Amino acid sequence: MTAETEKFVGTTRKVTAHLTQNEGLSFEKSAPGKKAYRLAELDVPAVDAASLLGDLAREDTGTLPELSEIEIIRHFTRLSTWNYAIDLGMYPLGSCTMKYNPRVNEFVSRLEGIAEAHPYQPEELSQGSLGILRLLQKCLLEITGMEAITLQPAAGAHGEFTGILLARAYHQAKGNPRKDVIIPDSAHGTNPATAAICGYEVINFKSNARGGIDVEALAAAVNEETAALMLTNPSTIGVFENEIHKIADILHAKGALLYMDGANMNALCGKTRPGDFGVDVMHLNLHKTFSTPHGGGGPGSGPVACKKILEPFLPVPVVEEGKDGMLHLNYDRPQTVGRVRAFYGNFGMFVRALAYILANGPDGLRQTTEDAVLNANYIRKKLEDLYELPYTTPSMHEVVFSDRRQLRNGVRTGDIAKRLIDYGFHPYTVSFPLIVPGALMIEPTESESREELDLFVDAMRQIAREVEENPEVVLEAPHSTRVSRLDETTAARKPVLRWRSRQ
Amino acid sequence: MLRDIGASSIDDLFAIIPEEYRVKGDLAIPRQMGESEIVDHFKAAAAKNANGYASFLGAGVYRHYRPVIIDTIVQRGEFLTSYTPYQAEITQGTLQAIFEFQTMICELTGMDIANASMYDGSTAAPEAVMMAMRVTGRDGVVVARTVHPEYREVMHTYAQHREVSSGVAAVEVGYGPDGSPHAGRVDLAALEAAVTDETACVLVQSPNFFGVIEDVAAIAEIAHKKGALLVVAVAEAVSLGIVRPPVEADVVIMEAQSFGVAPSFGGPFCGVIAAKEKYVRQMPGRLVGQTTDKQGRRGFVLTLSTREQHIRREKATSNICTNQALVALMATVFMTVYGKEGIKELALHNLAKADYAAKTLGAHGTLLFGRSPRFNEFVLQTEEAPEWMNARLLEQKIIGGVALKRWYPELGNATLWCATELTTREQIDAAAGWWRRLRRLLWCGRKEISPQRTRRAQRTLEWAQEDRKME
Ligand SMILES: Cc1ncc(COP(=O)(O)O)c(C=O)c1O
Repeated sequence: MTAETEKFVGTTRKVTAHLTQNEGLSFEKSAPGKKAYRLAELDVPAVDAASLLGDLAREDTGTLPELSEIEIIRHFTRLSTWNYAIDLGMYPLGSCTMKYNPRVNEFVSRLEGIAEAHPYQPEELSQGSLGILRLLQKCLLEITGMEAITLQPAAGAHGEFTGILLARAYHQAKGNPRKDVIIPDSAHGTNPATAAICGYEVINFKSNARGGIDVEALAAAVNEETAALMLTNPSTIGVFENEIHKIADILHAKGALLYMDGANMNALCGKTRPGDFGVDVMHLNLHKTFSTPHGGGGPGSGPVACKKILEPFLPVPVVEEGKDGMLHLNYDRPQTVGRVRAFYGNFGMFVRALAYILANGPDGLRQTTEDAVLNANYIRKKLEDLYELPYTTPSMHEVVFSDRRQLRNGVRTGDIAKRLIDYGFHPYTVSFPLIVPGALMIEPTESESREELDLFVDAMRQIAREVEENPEVVLEAPHSTRVSRLDETTAARKPVLRWRSRQ
Repeated sequence: MLRDIGASSIDDLFAIIPEEYRVKGDLAIPRQMGESEIVDHFKAAAAKNANGYASFLGAGVYRHYRPVIIDTIVQRGEFLTSYTPYQAEITQGTLQAIFEFQTMICELTGMDIANASMYDGSTAAPEAVMMAMRVTGRDGVVVARTVHPEYREVMHTYAQHREVSSGVAAVEVGYGPDGSPHAGRVDLAALEAAVTDETACVLVQSPNFFGVIEDVAAIAEIAHKKGALLVVAVAEAVSLGIVRPPVEADVVIMEAQSFGVAPSFGGPFCGVIAAKEKYVRQMPGRLVGQTTDKQGRRGFVLTLSTREQHIRREKATSNICTNQALVALMATVFMTVYGKEGIKELALHNLAKADYAAKTLGAHGTLLFGRSPRFNEFVLQTEEAPEWMNARLLEQKIIGGVALKRWYPELGNATLWCATELTTREQIDAAAGWWRRLRRLLWCGRKEISPQRTRRAQRTLEWAQEDRKME
């Protein structure tokens, strides 16, 4: 054998293809004895679990994986590359307000004195945390024009629950909790689900031709058994209820309350205040309007702001400033609805939301709202010739099209959404609100530059053309992802909700 | 852009808002700050909190070491800034991680299925109770007083307006007094008397609020005999590394904060509901399931969503939408780092530290429920008011146990202490040393401490401190 003739010829591929695109489950990669931890040396006498716990001691901790640290880092890093994220590009999910999540917010929420604060440490050693609560409350009250607030609810739906409980307690205090909550058919699913959990009958209310509340029909629907109307404003089709004051008057005349789902506050901050236009109680989503990250589905935070008449019922504890200038937690509130969550809420989200507010100030918040509304209207203008606009009422921060024209070629909103993935965008919100058949709900937020919006518009226009000329490419989309469309039917019919080892 | 839209000014876009409701000037909030000012603002706030204290606080929020890679991973924008994985093709990362989370929670709790997370342990409690009501068609609830008081409060908040056939939304069952066979644990006879044919579920916590491990098997028998479900809450997740899992339960609710999540003044944390397979259609919250794509490749999707509010609206199993996904990811990384052996070793260290702390501190007070099995918390009874003792300990940069009388007036001066793997022997010895010194000073008469005596004791204490400095 001569070295000259039998030269090794390399290949750009590894002998076995690398696993990056085929990352298994951590359990499948596990091997006995691998470790990614080392505990500190035990400085107290070791104990024997069996002698301390007897037959309550655990023998087998099940099939948790055993991996090394680098394997774990690679595992999760590889998984992360299969995700789309705001950090990768525009994420125009309507109603979700996928705006930039500033990194300074992450930094300050991890400062030691803040992250390590225990909820039961003495008040005098919690003045920093209580100060954050207090300042955020003040800012949110000013932004909403309301009079009292709790930060305890953990997300929007939890805020709805708290707000409707306040309404219930208010009516109860007057002798009758009442029976009904009126909810427009355009509402998010959490609204009716919340009313039901609070023991109310849901009265479904049909939206009018403008996608809003028909004031006369509302007047006919409200009576002495109406506890509240749950109204999203701007509505889920992105339209401001310009007769909001009349709506409030109709409710108040019958002693009912106006609840506002504040999921869409990104259209209002600094421009108008719910407290001024007649809202009695509302929730905010700090994970939408106030830039805290969605984290793949949570955590959120859903503060509830209300008018003075509802203040006595707020969950305990409430933060108060003592005569000594110190902040205290007051638990002594005889009319409270009780706690809705242990401790004081998703505090880490308060830190981030406050950082966002401080970074913006009054002018910044106003500008943010203006940009968000401008961006949505820009998209509307650039797409309205190709996509059907079921409601031509002026848009605020989001615009809702329907797939009616594309349906002629057998293409639905869900298909267009999947095709958008191939163009490098996250889809818009699909099939919501329910009052628009085949809805495409687009919310760009203020974070997007004109360049990014133009790219999005180009993609949407290109897809509209594909629908006409080559619908298959849209129907089969996405083509560029790690997995193609997944079989959701089988997933639901034969649920596999956890991994099991083969033996 | 305005020109493109055909608007003459930005105000045109807000014309639909009635004039009288438009904000005219600036909102009265702090002015815009530069990034460095924001950092300074929060550093100043952080400095006003406890810094450099040895802490013996637990009571539902635990200080465990958080491996650095947890934060490295959750700070990746692909995880941090992604939404709920409704578009499965471009959120496989989140979906697979949740699938791993669900699997590990099942393995640790001994349940068949687990959801993608709830808000926290306290809100998981009423959700599990409502689930049990749907399963059994009954509406009574029996709750142990040894369940975290704030979990119980949250449960009562959810239950208060429900119409219940018995008229009582939730019956509370007490615990055995110190020295009794069920010291600090559910009083089984009382439980047996409270559970009826109307009871949808029994809710207990183990390890319970006093750190004592409940006899879950015996409790299950009592519940099941009457056709009620057993819901077991686990507030200290690390305990599952060494304590037998509550396999007899029908539903397990859990607070996973111990798995790599900062105390952060009480949140965000990570609630979980796990259950027996047959209850899957009554589960609240999101579930991730395995499936295949068109080419037969394995993938993951959100599934069984006909339970949820966006499909079922007022008939949904819960109103929850946003959950605590990123925190669940932190817990997933934590469980992966410690793994099968590590979680056991970690739990064992907690057991050892708490055992040492209980013996050391207990030598200078009474260890309540001392004979009952416990994990990393214990109750100390003293003749002195905990406020006074704790205030003196604070001067030594030690945060003592949580006073229990707020929730358990019958326990008088008792305090709940916690020691984890992060509590050092030095801290325990120092706390015990001061504890002993303080008690000696106050022990002149073994009577109620009069204000005069307190003042005298304080003076003596100051001398003692001087002494110590001289030493
Ligand atoms: C209009 C509206 N209401 C309520 C909610 C529920 O909020 P959360 O997911 O924070 O519970 C959402 C969020 O998806 C929403 O868009």
